[in-house]
Amino acid sequence: MPLTLDARDQALLDGTAGPAAALAMRVVVRTAESMEAEHLLDITGAHIDSCLYHGQAGLDFAQRLADDGAQVSVPTTLNVSSLDLLHPELYRGDDHTRDQARALMNAYQAMGCEPTWTCAPYQMDARPPLGEHVAWAESNAIVFANAVLGARTHRYGDFLDIAAAITGRAPAAGLHLDAARHATIVFDVSAVPAKLLDLDVAYPVIGHHLGKLVGSAVPVIVGAPAGLSEDRLKAIGSAGASSGSLAMFHVVGSTPEAPDLETACGGRVPTDRHMITADDLRTARDQLTTSTNAKLGAISLGTPHYSVPEFARLIELLGDRRIHPDVHGYVNTGRSVAHELDLRGWSTRLADAGVQLVTDTCTYITPVMADIQGTAMTDSAKWAYYAPGNLGLDVAFGSVEDCVESAVRGEVIRDEGVWADA
Amino acid sequence: MPKATRTLIAGEAHGEILELDEPLSFWGGFESETGTIIDQAHPQVGQSLVGKIVMMTVGRGSSSASSVLAEAIRDGTAPAALILQESDEIIVLGAIVADEIYQTVMPILLVDDVTYRDVASLTAAQITADGQIDPR
Repeated sequence: MPLTLDARDQALLDGTAGPAAALAMRVVVRTAESMEAEHLLDITGAHIDSCLYHGQAGLDFAQRLADDGAQVSVPTTLNVSSLDLLHPELYRGDDHTRDQARALMNAYQAMGCEPTWTCAPYQMDARPPLGEHVAWAESNAIVFANAVLGARTHRYGDFLDIAAAITGRAPAAGLHLDAARHATIVFDVSAVPAKLLDLDVAYPVIGHHLGKLVGSAVPVIVGAPAGLSEDRLKAIGSAGASSGSLAMFHVVGSTPEAPDLETACGGRVPTDRHMITADDLRTARDQLTTSTNAKLGAISLGTPHYSVPEFARLIELLGDRRIHPDVHGYVNTGRSVAHELDLRGWSTRLADAGVQLVTDTCTYITPVMADIQGTAMTDSAKWAYYAPGNLGLDVAFGSVEDCVESAVRGEVIRDEGVWADA
Repeated sequence: MPKATRTLIAGEAHGEILELDEPLSFWGGFESETGTIIDQAHPQVGQSLVGKIVMMTVGRGSSSASSVLAEAIRDGTAPAALILQESDEIIVLGAIVADEIYQTVMPILLVDDVTYRDVASLTAAQITADGQIDPR
């Protein structure tokens, strides 16, 4: 069945609401056709990734829309940009790129998007509920919306996000529909030692391994402790969306569409089953490390943006210690969480400890880090995956405990004991 | 003659065939200024994609790949065409917007497994607007 548009869609396409809405509708319609959608559906919100500057094309598109008077028709949040507007002194890039990046941010604000500048819109108060259709871009946000909130978004790229926000419509296809949300692959972690599954560090590594194994399929994890925290689920999703194209997963006993294995699979028999061992996870962990050089130059935490509970753990681990003077310490977070840190007095404690907060952006997508002498360490599988290529740094992956101890001592220290077989 | 099961972006192209050994994320894995693979973990890191008919089974990674691909198409550093086995909206969106804003078309074709193997064995090919892939 070809795509059928309703009268409202056709009117937008015909330009009755102006050239910007018509361009936005053409982008939605062409995307819908590529997905073999039979119709469009209403969305209640959007999250825009296109506000991060990648070159003239993205700016030309946004300015065309904004100059022609486009306005979003649903509440719309903005992803990280290339600039930290709260800490502009950190920016080390060239003036031209900064000006272009700022012009792009201005164009999206002009269209009525909220200047949230975070890759973790799910950490803010207003979140889409179970079953609601949205158009979210940014791979970690997409997988979190689907898996953890049970909201419905397909794996959208830049441009569809704003086009959907302007028209209020998205293709009725892919992960918007029940059929594509059911798991086809079982990922059994019951053979992984329980003491490793009790640690946060296990989850980005599980996600990295999962993404490599399943590609764009929907997996269901069984054998994990019930009631995994949102931060652990965030770590699985963001890692799997970097090493693979993970846009939806289930964890039996933790995610809303997986009360049990049968429901997660939609009553069908899974096509594949993987038994995961501690050895698999050690291999996956090692893939996230490019250097064993002991000299530490930096730590970078908060990819995706650090949550309040993650900061609580960091503050606890730091105690009253300072990081080593030769080490640069960064934590990326969103403005709403940064505001909470101020209220709790934690911003001052982090500054006293020598740790730099980065807001509105992230250390691996824009030049904000100082010249780093030595290895950069992170607790994020996503950062470990992208930083070597983006920044030309050697990276060591470790737990947040490893990162803090290493930062205080000025050398890479990792607790290998937690990865043992028993 | 090999033919696409679907044309995601219809258009004409020709060029050398380059089959990628692993899926590539255009964001973080590819540099639009030079048109080369920069993902250090990719087996073909350093390879240029400029003007080639690039084959990969599926897409991968970040939403920003749409922006990077659109920029490469604008800049003339993109592949001549892409051949995939599974549809990937993130990649398709980059090509849609480049077409809408610059009227520059980078065809994207979907093929089945057998056709994929046949095309991958070619040195160079010509793609027609109806999705025909002819040796060249």
